[in-house]
Amino acid sequence: MMNPSLPEEENDVPMPVIKPGERDRSLAEEVRKRSGTNFNRCFQCRSCGNGCPFVQAMDYPPNVLLRLLQYGQDQTVLESKTIWVCAGCHTCSSQCPMAIDMAGIMDILRLIAVERGVAIAKPNILDFHEEVLRSLERYGRAHKLGIMWRYKLQTRRWFSDMDTGLKMLAKRKLELRPSRVKAIKEIEDLFKCYWREAK
Amino acid sequence: MSAHQQLDFSYFPGCSMATTAAESNTSMMKAAKILDLNLIELEDWNCCGSSSAQTLCKNLSLGMAARNLSLAPPGRPLVAMCPRCLHYLRHAQACLRKDPEIHRDLEERWGRPIPLDLEIIHFLEVLVRYAPDRLKKSVKRGLKGLKFVPYYGCTVFRPPDLGQEKCYEGEMENILRVLGAEPIVGAYTHRCCGSFLSATDPELVTPLVNEIVDSAVLAEAHCLVTACAMCQLNLEIRCNSLVRLPVFHFSEVLALALGAEDYEGWFIRHLVDPRPLLQKLALVA
Repeated sequence: MMNPSLPEEENDVPMPVIKPGERDRSLAEEVRKRSGTNFNRCFQCRSCGNGCPFVQAMDYPPNVLLRLLQYGQDQTVLESKTIWVCAGCHTCSSQCPMAIDMAGIMDILRLIAVERGVAIAKPNILDFHEEVLRSLERYGRAHKLGIMWRYKLQTRRWFSDMDTGLKMLAKRKLELRPSRVKAIKEIEDLFKCYWREAK
Repeated sequence: MSAHQQLDFSYFPGCSMATTAAESNTSMMKAAKILDLNLIELEDWNCCGSSSAQTLCKNLSLGMAARNLSLAPPGRPLVAMCPRCLHYLRHAQACLRKDPEIHRDLEERWGRPIPLDLEIIHFLEVLVRYAPDRLKKSVKRGLKGLKFVPYYGCTVFRPPDLGQEKCYEGEMENILRVLGAEPIVGAYTHRCCGSFLSATDPELVTPLVNEIVDSAVLAEAHCLVTACAMCQLNLEIRCNSLVRLPVFHFSEVLALALGAEDYEGWFIRHLVDPRPLLQKLALVA
């Protein structure tokens, strides 16, 4: 529950429907194992949410997400915007009085969301990461112009943010030609672990 | 001309330093040359994996970073300038220390040793640990009168799994103070610049970047100096505040103070031209 003493506009976190009878702690257990962080120490002080620069773009603040995880609301957690909007700046982790590595938990949750193939709440962010990986697979290095070009193709947001792209081109910040790793076979081999099966 | 002994380092540029932030790379190389620090680029380096590999596949992320470690010759530290590259390289080394099996697999796969005791350090740390005397002796132009906000960004000293590693907070101020500049307190120094969200959700990043730049304006700084190439880019391309400040790469002000003359080539690549400020302070003609 949110703190009732706060003014109403600060209480605008959507209230998920929690069905206690259906509690399943398998996701919580998996996250705890893979992140190596015991988040049951969390006492909902909200330091993580208060310090997060991106919290206004999240559907649940990080502390609420932890609570949902503890209550076994797996789908709500994995399909939240929160895990994708997190940029991994670690502000939450460094501010947590209980030394919970919140950013590490977000990292594992994104991974599990991709592995389980759930609906991704911010598909544009996943598209972006996939375009970066395509570039890395092909060249071994990030070719930013190519990444942005294919990202635009994927998301069909052609004209949004056009002026920034043009400014960067004018300042020669976007290389036209990619630079490529010579031993590209060594790079291709690394991609067999995830990429091949998924496509 | 110089009385210093040349010191050798391996250097990992990373994708940003090689492209979008080429001006940071050029100016760092210039400063290193003046200080007799020999940065030898890793032969056939690849991307560190970045947050994209980290998000989608841990093995891929580890492999990408570890391949770079396998390319580093023994006996000299590996230097990175990009904080995220530094983080992923160190993270990979820490993982391989914990997991001898993967370590052996990767060594066999590439037929090259991956040294687990390789020292991986940021360029700032090279200056503080290996070159403080050289720095003092090599000041030529100086930075007198330049009031700057040291903007570290979110990564240089923070990720918890690297908690035992060196902390860099304060080093930028220490170095630039030696060179005559004046650090300004009271502005945002390590609030996240938005990272990749700048590409995917610019409308979310702009107000945050504006807050960072506005805080520097309010603190009456002339400029921000960043330790991270991506921060520099985001602070420039996403800021639409009324008052905008020049955002320098740390390496640019360093090289400038040490007397570099080829700064025109770096500064024309900035969206906010820093030259009027430097002319006003009579640091450049």
